[in-house]
Amino acid sequence: MIHSLFLINPSGDIFLEKHWKSVVSRSVCDYFLEAKEKALEPEDVPPVIHTPRHYLISIYRDKLFFLSVIQTEVPPLFVIEFLHRVAEMIQDYFGECSETVVKDNMVMVYELLEEMLDNGFPLATESNVLKEMIRPPTILRSVVNTLTGTSNIGDTLPTGQLSTIPWRRAGVKYTNNEAYFDVVEEIDAILDQSGTTVFAEIQGVVGACVKLSGMPDLTLSFMNPRLLDDVSFHPCVRYKRWESERVLSFIPPDGNFTLMTYHVNAQNLVAIPVYVKQSISFFESGSGGRLDVTVGPKQTMGKTVEGVMVTVHLPKTILSVNLTATQGSYTYDNGTKLLVWDIGKLNPQKLPNLRGSLSLQAGAPKPEENPSLNIDLKIQQLAISGLKVNRLDMFGEKYKPFKGVKYITKAGKFQVRT
Amino acid sequence: MSTNNLSYNDQGGTDSAVEVGQETTPTSSNAGAGFGLFSVDFKKNDDLKEMLESNKESLKLEAMKRVVGLIAKGKNASELFPAVVKNVASKNIELKKLVYVYLVRYAEEQQDLALLSISTFQRALKDPNQLIRASALRVLSSIRVPIIVPIMMLAIKEAASDMSPYVRKTSAHAIQKLYSLDQDQKDLLIEVIEKLLKDKSTLVAGSVVMAFEEVCPDRIDLIHKNYRKLCNLLVDVEEWGQVVIISMLTRYARTQFTSPWKEDGVFDEHSERAFYESDEEKTRNEPEAKPYMMDPDHRLLLRNTKPLLQSRNTAVVMSVAQLYWHLAPKNEVSIVTKSLVRLLRSHREVQYIVLQNIASMSIQRKGMFEPYMKSFYVRSTDATHIKSLKLEILTSLANEANISTVLREFQTYVKSQDKEFAAGTIQAIGRCATNISEVTDTCLNGLVLLLSNRDETVVAESVVVIRKLLQTQPTQHSDIIKHMAKLFDNITVPMARASILWLMGEYCERVPKIAPDVLRKMAKSFTSEEDIVKLQTVNLAAKLYLTNSKQTKLLTQYILNLGKYDQNYDIRDRTRFIRQLIVPNDKNGALSKYAHRILLAPKPAPLLESAYKDRDRYQLGTLSHTINTKASGYLELSDWPAVAPDQSVRNVEVIEPVKIHHFIFPSTAHPTPALHQGWSWSTLSPKLQINFATDAESRVENSSQSSEESDESSSQSEKSSSESESDSEKKKRKTKTPLQKKTVKPTAKDGPYLSKCYQPTFCSSDLFIFSLILSVCPPVYSALSPLSLSFPLQVSGPAFVPEKSHDLLHRMTGKGLSAQYQFPRQPCLYQPTMVSVQISLTNTSDHPLEQIHIGDRSPTGLNIHCFNTVECLEPEASVTVFMGIDFNDSTQAANFQLCTKEDHFSVSIQPAVGDLFLPITMTELDFRKEQGKLLGMNESSATITMAAENMTSQPISRPVATVANLGVVPSGQDDIHRFAGKTASSGAVVLVTVELRESSTALITINTEKSVMGSMLLRDLKQALAQA
Repeated sequence: MIHSLFLINPSGDIFLEKHWKSVVSRSVCDYFLEAKEKALEPEDVPPVIHTPRHYLISIYRDKLFFLSVIQTEVPPLFVIEFLHRVAEMIQDYFGECSETVVKDNMVMVYELLEEMLDNGFPLATESNVLKEMIRPPTILRSVVNTLTGTSNIGDTLPTGQLSTIPWRRAGVKYTNNEAYFDVVEEIDAILDQSGTTVFAEIQGVVGACVKLSGMPDLTLSFMNPRLLDDVSFHPCVRYKRWESERVLSFIPPDGNFTLMTYHVNAQNLVAIPVYVKQSISFFESGSGGRLDVTVGPKQTMGKTVEGVMVTVHLPKTILSVNLTATQGSYTYDNGTKLLVWDIGKLNPQKLPNLRGSLSLQAGAPKPEENPSLNIDLKIQQLAISGLKVNRLDMFGEKYKPFKGVKYITKAGKFQVRT
Repeated sequence: MSTNNLSYNDQGGTDSAVEVGQETTPTSSNAGAGFGLFSVDFKKNDDLKEMLESNKESLKLEAMKRVVGLIAKGKNASELFPAVVKNVASKNIELKKLVYVYLVRYAEEQQDLALLSISTFQRALKDPNQLIRASALRVLSSIRVPIIVPIMMLAIKEAASDMSPYVRKTSAHAIQKLYSLDQDQKDLLIEVIEKLLKDKSTLVAGSVVMAFEEVCPDRIDLIHKNYRKLCNLLVDVEEWGQVVIISMLTRYARTQFTSPWKEDGVFDEHSERAFYESDEEKTRNEPEAKPYMMDPDHRLLLRNTKPLLQSRNTAVVMSVAQLYWHLAPKNEVSIVTKSLVRLLRSHREVQYIVLQNIASMSIQRKGMFEPYMKSFYVRSTDATHIKSLKLEILTSLANEANISTVLREFQTYVKSQDKEFAAGTIQAIGRCATNISEVTDTCLNGLVLLLSNRDETVVAESVVVIRKLLQTQPTQHSDIIKHMAKLFDNITVPMARASILWLMGEYCERVPKIAPDVLRKMAKSFTSEEDIVKLQTVNLAAKLYLTNSKQTKLLTQYILNLGKYDQNYDIRDRTRFIRQLIVPNDKNGALSKYAHRILLAPKPAPLLESAYKDRDRYQLGTLSHTINTKASGYLELSDWPAVAPDQSVRNVEVIEPVKIHHFIFPSTAHPTPALHQGWSWSTLSPKLQINFATDAESRVENSSQSSEESDESSSQSEKSSSESESDSEKKKRKTKTPLQKKTVKPTAKDGPYLSKCYQPTFCSSDLFIFSLILSVCPPVYSALSPLSLSFPLQVSGPAFVPEKSHDLLHRMTGKGLSAQYQFPRQPCLYQPTMVSVQISLTNTSDHPLEQIHIGDRSPTGLNIHCFNTVECLEPEASVTVFMGIDFNDSTQAANFQLCTKEDHFSVSIQPAVGDLFLPITMTELDFRKEQGKLLGMNESSATITMAAENMTSQPISRPVATVANLGVVPSGQDDIHRFAGKTASSGAVVLVTVELRESSTALITINTEKSVMGSMLLRDLKQALAQA
């Protein structure tokens, strides 16, 4: 299975290595670094590289490469999924996943990696289990540790590891028992020049923050579960109940987790909350061009559209931009040719507009294609598909929990072609 | 100065080096500084060594953290080995863990020193804390030192029967480590794998299957018995284990079941190929040769994996998808589509792998992904490899109905800034044009438009694709060729220029005026062209010479002369060849006659095919599929067998006793091989001794109960080792012919006879010794092992079997059928947790009763092992049958229906509490130990007045044994009598003490964790002893 792991920063330095079987020389990474040199963007590095003796499977995430060395046949997704879990684990423990954080907590990361795999096969990847074995650092604890000499290492087997519900630890206690659910929907869309929808779909996530004592057994039901087309669940959800009754029945993990992700039935037309009027043109002479973008609300169900942002990858031949925004501010990075216009809230009375001129490098030909616009937005208190949580019931415990549901709609991969 | 220096050196450390540097002359100061640096480094490790050897825990810990930090950064810390290894036995758990980390990293390099730590692990392997046992095994097995192979082997065997599933999981991992260290251990390891495969814990399942895949993937026979269990456990196994189990089961299913695909399984390979070309529907509608029935086990696998499509783990979803692709009937495969499309929302790397697999799938089955075509539309933000995969899939999905949408989409892509992607799109358009004849012209026109594109790569790619397209239908397109000739001057990409030249040459007769002109231009620029263009120029010249020698003769000769002196030998060769071929002279007259036919032969059009065309020769979702070469360790997926192998091999022990039962009622199937393995046939010998190889779970129970009895029972284990040896020998003999169908199938006449002679022996209890032995461990190892934990728990025969039988069904209510039951107090053959019940059925009517069997039962969850249907009971005849009932340690009656062919009667069996026990033998010492553990809540006692005649030893054990099925514990004292047993269902220990006091009183004490049963037993005992 997974032989070794190397963490590599974007400039190609290996700053952490961990071997679960015999040591593999880090020179094996040269094949990877070579491929990385060839690729224009770090995202373009092929995830699977075949070297004479090893196979290298890597992911690029949070500006870091996680590179694993494989010697024998193994499903590549198995490795990729695991590497992402490692990144999530680091994020979970230290608040962010970056080179500095890993370097600062080198020993703990190393210990965690040691617990996560045995002989290259995953042993404990459940965050609850790991946290019982190696406690995450907090300021208070580190002070206590230095004073008393106690350690972060647990000396008993995590209860979750043995039970049939490995995601929950025993003996959870809270003074305030609360359960919050966030229904977050993302609109993936491609709009063409004229504003017609080429492709649109809604993907949703039900995230949860459950802080309940004991072993609560929860049941969450929806007003309109028919909307949900394809779903995937956290392992805690009882699939049989979903199949037969369309309710989510589960004993939740403690703390934050993703309860389910779903895809909304493709038959339903997707309401696109904003429209974009744009014209980007380059002069035939090739010396420059004009840009004019207006964003306005469309089908917003009476809610305000917030956090609107337009991102444009301008052609490589652009030299500089000279634009004015009627609302918000824009930034342009000449190195990456990235134009970001941060609009904020949309006001239907006064539509935000960004216009101005683009100048091209001298002698460069007129760009072939107009760049496409990526839109970001957020609507509070609305699930664009119309999905609604009906009720949440708790069994198995006596107290009355505090419950809450929040809805948010966001733009996912929302692209406007020009 | 030298003395000065010496004194500094005595103090040691960096200072001296710095001093040296300062005191020497300026010229050597550099060297001094270098020395200083070096010694700082040197001192650093020295410093660590010092810290590790100090007495303070905190210093040691600090040092170890720094050492592990060094390892993590990939720096060498091996010289600290002696200092580190000393701390292996530290009490501080964090320090210990860090030392373990260090050991695993460097033990291979410092084998001798590593051996020093082994004894610590051996001790830790016996620790009561399962976490410590597990981590000791983890580290011990990770130390790659060949000398300790025997120790590792022992430890693995121990751990494989540990009571903690977590430790057993660790042992499954250790198997792989040991195997990679020493392949000679394979046979022994397979034994351990076999044992662990039987484990019912979900924690172990994934790891042991992983070990199986690594060590002995070809031993499919080990899976048979566990197949159904694995299928049923699958949903509860942790996600990583699921992936491994699913891929193993995919391989397994391909060897065991026949093809569910409508095409005949025998010609699978052939029809598969036909499938690519022919229309899907057409093949489907072909009349079926024979009706196909899916094996229920095959269905079980498909059914139990389906919910996993909803897993959050992408690897699990992919593995289920590939399972369906390789195993499910063609019309069911499409249920995986949605889930695969969902994965496209995941991380970029996941998308890459999933898209690759979809690309392979979509070539064979367009219909699966066509409704989701829009999910494969390319976004400008996608990575290059994702873009090209999406393009690939879109091309495969294109058909007459959706081609216009696809082409419109492609038009956008062609304009992309990513030129590589634009070029890919042009190729895709080419493929669409050849696949769908309706749009060939549209595509061609579109491509011609692209010829005026500003970007060179786009133009070049278009030229190449147009050339390929024109080859398929050259007749109609001379104007396109003319157009291309016009563009020729502006195109600089060699491949495109070469393509145009080739086109001119090939179709020179269609453009008779233009071709010579192009050649003229080429003659001018010949020397400055790329090689590939030069070759095509020579070709063009030759072809024109043959068709239009009047205009081009001189030009051709000129070009041939240029080619003759070219730097590239390929061109020189080609020139020489062409010259000999076309220019007629005396020597080669024969060949030049054919020149026309050689050069202007009609050429087959190139096929524009997908790169994923035959990727599916690799199992989907594998690494080999991704890299399109066979990765090391790749296990081929076999073709479906033409005829399904024996299905009964998957029948499991639970059902197995049914077959034993056939001994008494030989009515149906044959005994399975497992029967031979599990039970030695000595059952039939006068000395009835059954060595019962239980599965791991129950063994664990036993060892946990008697874990305190180690000293005592080790002698027993040695005694029994000879038995187990003979047992394992027998097993070996039997496994040699694992598929033998030893049909011990007595005829119907033999049945009653056998049952008669069998039953009396069966009931003569003192001869019946039932012993549970850890038979898997070869005796050699258990004798050598210092850590041996093997416990045989002796279930002895009952001390007394009450003759009393109870009415089950009166002959009046039963319309002639009367039934009585009694408890033979034997361990149940069917399942250890059941209580066996003997039922005698008598026909008091005047007509034969047919088909006597057991019908509905209540409570519905009641676990009954029914007796086999009695086909016919003649008038006045009677028959005795056995059944097993799991009362679940309660005296609640078991209600069920006793049915004949015509009628059914509700009956119930009410057990007395004493019948729910099984006697066990124990020494007094063990008894006391066990008793010590069962105090407080678990103890109930009462003082009674006894009848005077009960005051001697014999009558005491008598009434107790009558009431309850307990074993007598030999006692040293006359006035204290002890009895021991365990409950049938849960195996909880039950201890009874009767202490005789003065004035004919007695104190009865019962210790058991089943306190309800304890108090009921106490009541019964009080009654029995007081009245007796």
